[in-house]
Amino acid sequence: MSWDELLRPFEFEFFRNGIYVATIAGALCGVVGCYVVLRNMSYIGHGLSHSIFGGYAVAGLAGVNLFLGAGIWGVVTALAVGGIVRRRPIGSDAAIGVVTTASFALGLALVQLYGSPGRNADALLFGNVLGVTTSDVWLIVGVALATAAIVFFFYRQLLFTTFDSQVAAATGVRTAWIDALLMVVLSATVLATMNVMGVTLIAATLVVPAVVARMLTDSFGKMLALSGVIGAVSGFVGMNASYHLDVASGPTIVLTSACFFIVAYVFGGRFRRRAGTVAHAH
Amino acid sequence: MTSTSELAGGLIVVDDLTVNYGGGAPVLIDVDLTIEPGDLVGIVGPSGSGKSTLLKAMLGTVAPVSGSVRRAPGLAVGLVPQVETIDWNFPVTVAECVGMARARGLRMPWMSRSERTEIGDVLDRLGMHGLGGRHIRELSGGQQQRVFLARALFTNAQVIFLDEPTSGLDVRTRHDVLHLLDDLNADGLTIVLTTHDLNGIAAHLPTVVCLNRSVIGAGRPDEVLVPDVLERTYGSPMEVLEHGGMRVVVDSPIDGNVTPMRRIAGGRGGASA
Repeated sequence: MSWDELLRPFEFEFFRNGIYVATIAGALCGVVGCYVVLRNMSYIGHGLSHSIFGGYAVAGLAGVNLFLGAGIWGVVTALAVGGIVRRRPIGSDAAIGVVTTASFALGLALVQLYGSPGRNADALLFGNVLGVTTSDVWLIVGVALATAAIVFFFYRQLLFTTFDSQVAAATGVRTAWIDALLMVVLSATVLATMNVMGVTLIAATLVVPAVVARMLTDSFGKMLALSGVIGAVSGFVGMNASYHLDVASGPTIVLTSACFFIVAYVFGGRFRRRAGTVAHAH
Repeated sequence: MTSTSELAGGLIVVDDLTVNYGGGAPVLIDVDLTIEPGDLVGIVGPSGSGKSTLLKAMLGTVAPVSGSVRRAPGLAVGLVPQVETIDWNFPVTVAECVGMARARGLRMPWMSRSERTEIGDVLDRLGMHGLGGRHIRELSGGQQQRVFLARALFTNAQVIFLDEPTSGLDVRTRHDVLHLLDDLNADGLTIVLTTHDLNGIAAHLPTVVCLNRSVIGAGRPDEVLVPDVLERTYGSPMEVLEHGGMRVVVDSPIDGNVTPMRRIAGGRGGASA
């Protein structure tokens, strides 16, 4: 394949928009996914994206802005999951299972009764990169910048709360507030990423880069950076593969990150041992 | 340290404290306790006696049903959790683990030069020189305990709480941890810990509190590690023997309803109670 062929899709605005969104969304999901994976909430992305689908339907029926309505719905769902886990002896996986599937079921029922609001339900479920507009690009840029600022300034509080919530609370960290902040960031991330990935594949973009990064390093800071880079590269490569192979973007992005997983699984131990040896020498 | 409610001073004053979870039976009932600067206090009692709940109440993470816990204004506290509660696969190096303790307010993600120096100094002080880059799982049992002690010290805590600091440690490591706590206390740090280990830990502390939902006894080990207080604390007869100038608490299953065990079943040596 020549350079000309490789670069040809960049002539199209829809592709440029798609590649911007896929790359930024990959990095964003990679970073946010670290917290999700380390909190043993890997299914929250899957659940929230389904839940937000319910929010779309409710917002359409209520006649409010679809994005705003679905976003608020997602935040409320995420906070409800967090609240249930905090107040009842129920694991986060079970709480996610109850709250988000109920919301998805509500969305399906409403779509069946009253029709799909605005966007095509298939596009929401499986992603539609052709439909990415300039405003979608600005949305993902805004969410990514806000998330970067939150992760930067609350880095230690997020790490302490994720690693050892009880001790963090005992030493004065407002853990409930930090948990809620993370849930808001997660909801915004899922909402802004849904157009490219679709409801059904979004969980993989949250989980796979973080898991790959975890296999490559024992340091949280390095895991966060690695996961962001792996997510961004998966988004960029997967989007190009999508064009050249004529396969939907969601699957190609996920399959690219799955390739990273296989490589990390095979070589990760050796890489980490060597990195560890270097660290010990200092 | 005192267990009287009349004393108003001290770093932490627990006054007539009653705590329960979700409206159930009280876990703590009318507990009075005062922690004063420089105290090294061990809280002992059977499982379910409220030791950890009392720590949480003093830390402010459990709300009282009645009574109060008053802490000196601006008091900085640190908590060393039970090692069993730690996720040892979590990706943090020793330095990251210690550094996360300074988390309040808006801070840069990375450690400043002075923070890195402080972390190095704390690790040196605890005998962990050069281990900052290691993953926490790669440490020995004693070192793992020290990482969390280092984290508590890095917060500049004036009072450090340790929940079962020697559980799961071998005898030598337990001694090392005990000596370390003694040294830190001699340097002015106030320490409150819970322990199940009456002979290995509690008997060597300056002050012991026997707790079973209420404070049964508090004072020097020779005052409270006595059969009467121990029986009321543990609900089972216990004997205190003298051995080489040390007090040794042993279970005493000899009461009216229990036949004394004379020999381990199948054993020849005749181990007896």
